[in-house]
Amino acid sequence: MTTNTAPTSSSKTGFFKTLIDGNEGGLEADGLTPAQKLSLRFVVIGLIYFGFAAIEGMLMRIYQIEIISFIGVEQYFGILTAHPLIGIFGSSYMIVFGAFLFVIPFMMKKPLWSLKVGQASFLLIAIGTFTFWFSGFISHYAALYTLYWPLPADFDQFSALGGSFFIAGIALVMVGSLLFVLNVFKSITYTPEGWEQQPGRALLSSALGFTGLANLFHNEKKEHLVPLPVAAIARGSVDVALNAIIITFSGVLILVYMIWHLFGVNLADTAIDALLYKNWYWWGLDLVADGLVLIFVAGTWYLLATLITGKKLFMQNIARAALAVELIVSWTVWSHHLLSDQAQPAILKIVSGELVTAFELITQGIAIFVTLATLWMARPLKMTNELKFLLGGLLGFGLAVPAGIMQADMGLNRILHNTQWIIGPHVHVAILVGLGMTLYAAIYALWPLLTNGVKLYSQWMSNVHFWGTLIGGIGMGAFMGMAGLQGMLRRTIYFEGEYAPYMWLAGISGALILIGFVFFMINIIMSVGLKGLLGIFTKSKLDTKDLVPVD
Amino acid sequence: MYQIAGQEVTVPGDRGICTAPGKALMINSTDVLWGQTLLYTAYVVVMISVIIWFAYSVTKEGKTSKVSKTFFWGFVAVLVVVGFSLHLVTYNTIPWVKQDLHRGDTVADQQFDIVVENHEFILPAEDMVVNCNELILFDVTSNDLTYGFGLFRDNNSMVMQMQVVPGHRNDLLWEFEENESLTIRSTEYSGPEGFQMIVPNAVTVVGCS
Repeated sequence: MTTNTAPTSSSKTGFFKTLIDGNEGGLEADGLTPAQKLSLRFVVIGLIYFGFAAIEGMLMRIYQIEIISFIGVEQYFGILTAHPLIGIFGSSYMIVFGAFLFVIPFMMKKPLWSLKVGQASFLLIAIGTFTFWFSGFISHYAALYTLYWPLPADFDQFSALGGSFFIAGIALVMVGSLLFVLNVFKSITYTPEGWEQQPGRALLSSALGFTGLANLFHNEKKEHLVPLPVAAIARGSVDVALNAIIITFSGVLILVYMIWHLFGVNLADTAIDALLYKNWYWWGLDLVADGLVLIFVAGTWYLLATLITGKKLFMQNIARAALAVELIVSWTVWSHHLLSDQAQPAILKIVSGELVTAFELITQGIAIFVTLATLWMARPLKMTNELKFLLGGLLGFGLAVPAGIMQADMGLNRILHNTQWIIGPHVHVAILVGLGMTLYAAIYALWPLLTNGVKLYSQWMSNVHFWGTLIGGIGMGAFMGMAGLQGMLRRTIYFEGEYAPYMWLAGISGALILIGFVFFMINIIMSVGLKGLLGIFTKSKLDTKDLVPVD
Repeated sequence: MYQIAGQEVTVPGDRGICTAPGKALMINSTDVLWGQTLLYTAYVVVMISVIIWFAYSVTKEGKTSKVSKTFFWGFVAVLVVVGFSLHLVTYNTIPWVKQDLHRGDTVADQQFDIVVENHEFILPAEDMVVNCNELILFDVTSNDLTYGFGLFRDNNSMVMQMQVVPGHRNDLLWEFEENESLTIRSTEYSGPEGFQMIVPNAVTVVGCS
């Protein structure tokens, strides 16, 4: 990607001109295809929602240092409930889905199956996210993303009306996600108008890994019809669908209780077994953290490694097999979230909670190795933005996955469960550094294709973003982890400054992340210009199914 | 004095840890977390160093850019060994793992039945005083929501915790090794009222030398 080494205009007039028109003319929205606009819409809204999550995160960081007087306890827990959901669905899902709806046609060399379905996904997830965020903000519905039964139906603590809107918002996101999955599989298998009939079944088999599995038992190997990154998207999409089904099912169950309550009837919450509910809910929820995220991320690393080097992936058949293993592992690891539940059968704790979970160290380790080896074999490489953010992403998961493996141990979980260790070195390092920097690498890599070659406004700002995210993310995770090892719990409030030194340092680290993100957004807006940015949301003037303009 | 592998050993900096005659040195959560901190910190330093070295080297011409398959499979073998051996090591070194897995077959020296309801711990009528190195069973019942049950030291560090799920038995067997007064705290979110679920100095451990 071409960049300027410093802001192009130092004068006030120049600054405002660049702000409006973009860097060196900025983004020509009229020249964008519908497919480009669709992906850019996803990414822009995803980044805005990341801003929501980042501000909420900072508010909570400050709250852990000193209570903010204008934020009541109910509001605090409302923020705590909305924060991960907006981060996962509003930000990560949006950015990932937007990028993948571009990558699939790009790699399969055929148009997206349906731009309309893509647009419906975009609207449902964007509106759904705002609905649950806003209803939580107004009503303080705060049952957390875990929704441990019967808390979501505890109407002594929460408003049933506010909760209904909250759950309805989540349901919209889930429907949008299912439409995304439909679009993914149809785009892989369908035959575009006027094309020779595509082998839909063989394409599906390749995407899901059945071809690779059959090759193990036949001397005559069939070729993989679907590129590896697309196979990763397809396999991760299976987990998106399963997750959406479970979350929607749980949401409908909760809604039934809420609606009956609004009509004056209180259903007995003992009708639902709390442990059984916890098992099915974590089975579905874990398909995000221990399924689709890991699979999508690995696929994105492989895509980036091949784009950056222009070479084939190292040990790509093994990498493909590891993705299939990861998919199966993701269906069987949920019990590591229930290692502290004494009624959970011991066999599930050992097999699912410990042993199967250990496979994630292996599959993620393979993904990191394969990506690094592919880069290494193409050296010398130029240290571009996509390469350095990719290395940051690899480091993030390199740190976070072993932290997760440690806590998925019956001995260590007894003294780590629900402490800041879980949410610091594992969750936040994985999401902010691992996933976040991988997504930024993808944005930088796809930028020329998505914007028709808009020049980045400032490399200096990109560097601030890089270091802010890397140091801030690892630092925040580390200091939260240190507090966790000293017994600091997550999901609670400390009023006596018990862990103040750690929380100050975690807060400063969080501020670094926020500063980095602000510079990134300024850089993006100054590059494309406000005109170009708004133009993304208008109807495309190009009546084409092509991914990028033909000229 | 402690007995390790049949030999008597004096451990400096006595924290009041004790063992019954003939028992191996007991480790508590603080010891385990120190070990974890050291191991994980060392790993983080190595991992960051590798990525810094890689980022520097990948931009330079090198003598060789090959990556051998043997190296790859060796790396995978290390992952397999590390991933699975962690649980074997903790099973054999952390005392509460075996205790927990076999608690159904174990007779506790003392049992405390605790009820949780409306964001409150309802403790037994008698003081919860436990003897050093005795097996204590905490049986906690929730009558409404999912809570947590954790014991914490004066310095807020955690001794242990478990989830308290309504409609199910939540029992945890524990052996204490230090004279101390412990605070009960809910370790699971149960709504905005849950953060106040703290009972200071609820459990007292006595009898450690």
